[in-house]
Amino acid sequence: MNEKRKIRVATCSLAGCFGCHMSLLDIDEKLFDLLGVIEFDRTPFTDIKHCGPCDIGIVEGGVSNAENVHVLKEFRENCKVLVAIGACAITGGVPALRNNIDLWDCFQEVYLYEGGLEGNQIPNDPELPLPFDKVYPIYEVVKVDYFLPGCPPSADTIWKFLTDLIEGREPKLDYEMLHYD
Amino acid sequence: MGALVMSKAITIDGKSVSFIDGQTIMDAALAAGVYIPHLCHNPEFEPHGNCKLCIVSVNGRNMTACTMPAAEDMVVASDTPELDSDRQALVQMLFVEGNHICPACEASGNCQLQAAAYYLKMLSPHFMHFYPPREVDASHPDIFLDLNRCILCELCVRASREVDGKNVFGISGRGIGTHLVVNAASGRLGDTNFAVTDKAAQVCPTGAILIKRQGYKIPIGQRTFDHKKISEVQMEPAKRTEPEHE
Ligand code: SF4
Ligand code: SF4
Ligand code: FES
Repeated sequence: MNEKRKIRVATCSLAGCFGCHMSLLDIDEKLFDLLGVIEFDRTPFTDIKHCGPCDIGIVEGGVSNAENVHVLKEFRENCKVLVAIGACAITGGVPALRNNIDLWDCFQEVYLYEGGLEGNQIPNDPELPLPFDKVYPIYEVVKVDYFLPGCPPSADTIWKFLTDLIEGREPKLDYEMLHYD
Repeated sequence: MGALVMSKAITIDGKSVSFIDGQTIMDAALAAGVYIPHLCHNPEFEPHGNCKLCIVSVNGRNMTACTMPAAEDMVVASDTPELDSDRQALVQMLFVEGNHICPACEASGNCQLQAAAYYLKMLSPHFMHFYPPREVDASHPDIFLDLNRCILCELCVRASREVDGKNVFGISGRGIGTHLVVNAASGRLGDTNFAVTDKAAQVCPTGAILIKRQGYKIPIGQRTFDHKKISEVQMEPAKRTEPEHE
């Protein structure tokens, strides 16, 4: 084999806002360099529905419902290296603001008091995943190998982190790249 | 006489640091420009020794630099990977014991807890989050009190008592139940004589005490610790006690 095998990467957003994915896209033309050495498995960019065997899994968002757990476990089982990206994956983040509000109170506030498109009702389709009483950081559910904080981490930070990882170095962030906001 | 007394010295990380009787290891270090991480210590107030971030090894035993009086010939180690990893664990515990959602906090970028975590290169809070139920008190016309972010450093307690002469704050409870209380029958800040000009309104190292109507006047990215390490900022004696949230 004379062509070097491409590094296979999967990404997903659990209870996040896709901000970390937007920040990844923000590396702009460096995406071409990146795509020279990596290929995507499951990500919102490819629309592949399930994660296959991968070198790197990048998870945005915390765990707020049953489906998040299934996706997260699938990533952990298939990815050699699992990365938690952004405040939500690492601490629960802004969605965890609901952690001290009773779930029923949340639902009433969102769906009952102010009517939605379908009137005042709490969605109850069997297709919808069961919400948890709290939002959890992903490291409280599966083992996580690397953490990349930020809300979101900047494009430069993501680039630095990914190039370190892909080139086999221990990822290192300068002072100004380490942020929780 | 003064010159003679000045000649007493300890060593910190191999550097000779002179002290005068009555100074703590922290006092001597700050005066000599040697940084020892600290959160609950502020040289304007009596040291309390409750955050333990200033942990140093003194002749092989761990002690808090802010409370330990300097004594001749002490050999102090501070800047070591072992002590920094202990400090990081302490900071991680502070994060999980409260509710610190930095992206939603007006103190972000000006917060010393966060800055200490940056300094110690904390990448995650590591421990299981407690997500404790804590109160937000918005009853005061000019000040928010958000106990989700209180790290029980007692700086507001000390400032209110020692400088403002008011005793607005106190600490109550034990162990994990320890919490900040407000000195009013209702327990609400709005029912005290607390004023926005009080020293106690300026000293909180976190976003637990916030002045109202200041929100995001300074954008995220341009705040105190966005470009400067806490080790630099805390060594600027004139600036260190200025209001962080203006
Ligand atoms: S007080 Fe500090 S550590 Fe806590 S949420 Fe606010 S910025 Fe973050
Ligand atoms: S409110 Fe602020 S100053 Fe007062 S004890 Fe809590 S963290 Fe310290
Ligand atoms: S700074 Fe010494 S214990 Fe907090």
